[in-house]
Amino acid sequence: MRSIAFEAIVQAVERLCIDCAYELPSDVVAAINRAIQRERNSRAKEILNQLLENARIALQDRIPLCQDTGLVVVFVEMGRDALVAPPEDRPNATLIDAIQEGVAAGYDKGLLRKSVVAEPVKDRKNTGTNTPAIVHLSFVSGDEIKITLMAKGGGCENKSAFRVFKPTQSREEIMDWVVDVVARAGADACPPFVVGVGLGGDFEVSCLLAKKALLRNIGQSNAEPFYAEMEQMLLAKVNALGIGPQGLGGDTTALSIQIETAPCHIASLPAAVNIECHSHRHKSIML
Amino acid sequence: MDILSLRTPLSDSVIQTLKVGMDVRLSGVVYSARDMAHKRLCELVNTGKSLPIDLQGQVIYFVGPTPAPAGRAIGAAGPTTSARMDAFSPILLAAGLKGMIGKGYRSDRVRDALRQFGAVHFSTLGGAGALLSQHIAASKIVAYEDLGTEAIRQLELVDFPCIVAYDAFGGSVYDAVGPQQESAKTA
Repeated sequence: MRSIAFEAIVQAVERLCIDCAYELPSDVVAAINRAIQRERNSRAKEILNQLLENARIALQDRIPLCQDTGLVVVFVEMGRDALVAPPEDRPNATLIDAIQEGVAAGYDKGLLRKSVVAEPVKDRKNTGTNTPAIVHLSFVSGDEIKITLMAKGGGCENKSAFRVFKPTQSREEIMDWVVDVVARAGADACPPFVVGVGLGGDFEVSCLLAKKALLRNIGQSNAEPFYAEMEQMLLAKVNALGIGPQGLGGDTTALSIQIETAPCHIASLPAAVNIECHSHRHKSIML
Repeated sequence: MDILSLRTPLSDSVIQTLKVGMDVRLSGVVYSARDMAHKRLCELVNTGKSLPIDLQGQVIYFVGPTPAPAGRAIGAAGPTTSARMDAFSPILLAAGLKGMIGKGYRSDRVRDALRQFGAVHFSTLGGAGALLSQHIAASKIVAYEDLGTEAIRQLELVDFPCIVAYDAFGGSVYDAVGPQQESAKTA
């Protein structure tokens, strides 16, 4: 077994939170630059350039890219031969505790917005720490821990959707629905989007797949040619909607469509779409 | 395209000159308010109580900023989704509000209220909180401090970039763009 200090995880998560808020990932910058080359609408081109200018200001002046610094979603791939060593005075502290403490520290020190309420309906009191973060844990071979963090904005998350298709329905019918979900997101969800699509699994797994799909770098297609082709067809259909950056028209409604799939029941074809705004903040670290 | 410089508060005669799609640079005082502040303000209006801010002729910006770094007026301060304020805006427009700044679509009820009360809705750059913070020179909390980022702040804008998204004549800049929005029709 390889031992990784609790405090090392806290510090790594703190760093990821701050970096995500201030640095637009290079795959997103590259995708916006490619979109500027293709875009025919002059106002859309100007807005895309303003988004790059916003990223420069965020980095240089240390102002977060967006005031919605997000609900933190963390994917942990835990090597089966890795062990988290708790602090001496807290023998029961876990990996999850370390992640939550890292998020609280990052949002405090990074001057990020605390956007989490403790409960949904009764009084919606802000927790003041931006915790709890949502943590998804999986086990892999090896002795390392990979932590991938997303700062997920609320405006785009609100436009996400789930639906169960009949097993006999076609790829075309699924695509029509995905395009409709994106069309309904429109200007409200800060286009151009990155769109995560989850197909298969069950009720909750399809939604998780849609979110996981967002973690792939833009430009990296699904490994299965059938779904890679579907991603390209969907991107063409979505960009033909003409919604454009900020919903003010143009060729760039989405930067990328990313599909992930899983096996499912013979009776079901669950499908989920997770809408992500252009401020697509994601970053990984290997410990 | 021509850019129009405007100062708040907005007079009725200025509002009559604003048409959808016009590029505007807004300067002067506006008030921040998002979901919870809207809910509280409308509860006060509905029960006939006085408001913590005078809305007459004023502009509300749908924003919840990040904390201000040392030496700056405000942190990142871009718009939040306007549609979440759709149920509240007609009530505040009836109470004297003359303008709003946000991102995205408004409902037909809001459109009707803008026409009825002679007011406008501006859209600004969603997801450009760092860039927009450079156009806010001052910020102070004036109500609902307990709401944290959702408190009502008095903000001083300087050449804040936006466009007229909904004018006082029933028009919307989004009408000519992409597919019709079902959600906007039913909100």
